Amino acid sequence: MKHVETEARPSGQSPPEPPQVDITLKVNGTEHAIQVDARVTLLDALRDHLGLTGAKKGCDQGACGACTVMVDGRRVVSCLGLAAQYQGREITTIEGLSADGELHPMQAAFARHDAFQCGYCTPGQIMSAVCLIAEGRADTDEDICEFMSGNICRCGAYPNIRAAIREVKGAS
Amino acid sequence: MHPFEYTLAGDADQAVAVATADPHTSFLAGGTTQLDLMKDGVLHPARLLDITRLPLKGITHTDAAIRVGALTTMEELAADPLVRERLPFVREALLLGASTQLRNMATIGGNLLQRARCRYFRDPTVPACNKRNPGSGCAAITGIHRMHAILGTSDHCIALHASDVAVPLAALDAVVHTQGADGTRAIPLTEFYLPPAETPHVENVLQHGELITAIEIPLLPSAARSHYIKVRDRVSYEFALTSAGVALVIEDGLIQEARVALGGVGTLPWRAWDAEDVLRGSRADTEVFRSAAEAALEGARPLPGTAFKVDLAKRTLVRTLETVAGAQS
Repeated sequence: MKHVETEARPSGQSPPEPPQVDITLKVNGTEHAIQVDARVTLLDALRDHLGLTGAKKGCDQGACGACTVMVDGRRVVSCLGLAAQYQGREITTIEGLSADGELHPMQAAFARHDAFQCGYCTPGQIMSAVCLIAEGRADTDEDICEFMSGNICRCGAYPNIRAAIREVKGAS
Repeated sequence: MHPFEYTLAGDADQAVAVATADPHTSFLAGGTTQLDLMKDGVLHPARLLDITRLPLKGITHTDAAIRVGALTTMEELAADPLVRERLPFVREALLLGASTQLRNMATIGGNLLQRARCRYFRDPTVPACNKRNPGSGCAAITGIHRMHAILGTSDHCIALHASDVAVPLAALDAVVHTQGADGTRAIPLTEFYLPPAETPHVENVLQHGELITAIEIPLLPSAARSHYIKVRDRVSYEFALTSAGVALVIEDGLIQEARVALGGVGTLPWRAWDAEDVLRGSRADTEVFRSAAEAALEGARPLPGTAFKVDLAKRTLVRTLETVAGAQS
């Protein structure tokens, strides 16, 4: 990683550009070289610099889970990490969950069970649910509730979300 | 968020040297507290030194202790087989904290250094906060108290230490290993935090630029049983109103060894030495457990909005003791 030098300016002129970083992010199997303000979070890099708008910005403080993505196979909230921290890691977003326009089984189950109303939290719910099953934590409704609690659904679609997860768990 | 320079730390020696030399440099690990407070405008370092690529990850075991690299995540520690088998209350406390996503990011070193969840501390539009702006006063004392401390408070600050896992770690006499400009140190967790007293902005004994490298968790005797109970306003993904971490060794109905610490009530993870003194050598029954709970909360200084916590904390501790004792038979 290298730093981009900003020109020194005499005082009284416009403030210096905030520090930038040149980074390469590997998202859904593809490497992207971008230059961003050091303050850019992984979420903002995905949405504003790579055009991957599946991960949503809800609270922007790690409380709602709408921005959930996978990093090296584990779920994280992308709003509380700097993009620069995620160089060299395998980042997977909802856009990369399945190939060739096919729905991932969890996406299909969410559609089948009507596991949403407004849909804003849905990409985060689905990314979390896929990880939940990989973690082996979808055995009971109690476990599903506990280990999905980092994903808030303001519409209250929880019963249908649980039904979708149960179905995929049962088929796996 | 104020602009800052981002730098990736190459090795621990360099990281310590850079941060020690510059009071405006902060370490960045999991980021879940640091970036959150920077977005809120509470913290504004000029430089973030990313330490996540330093070789401070991983868990090693000896016969007597578990050594946890400071960059080990909460989920990684909770998944450790020896923690599961020998220190179940550590695992329970880890998994009752935050959400899975946050536990995959948050490191054990960062967890211990997490800042107060006090709403007044986290809101820079509130002028009075001795933690954020020393000498400015405390808006919480005359504000809404519910999520605040009743033990270890001062007239200058009542902010709670919100870590769950620090509760059993305090009970276990865990040791914080650090590297600083003057070399390495091993600091008992029970001596790591400082009560707010007249300097609430000084939260622990670390020097600026001193890096936590590992946490050493002594194992309990193999006969010990342990449990962590957390009481909160929501069923999941919420900070504790009260919590208790207990480990006991009981033989023939008598308590041989007792480790007790409380969460949700202290300005630091609250080791209940007085309760342990009541328990050790006594019968494992509810009457003794109630006496221990009385002793644990004797020094409580509740405010109107935290008065409920005195009884709630006692009941939480009695329930946890009963649960552990019941698990013996």
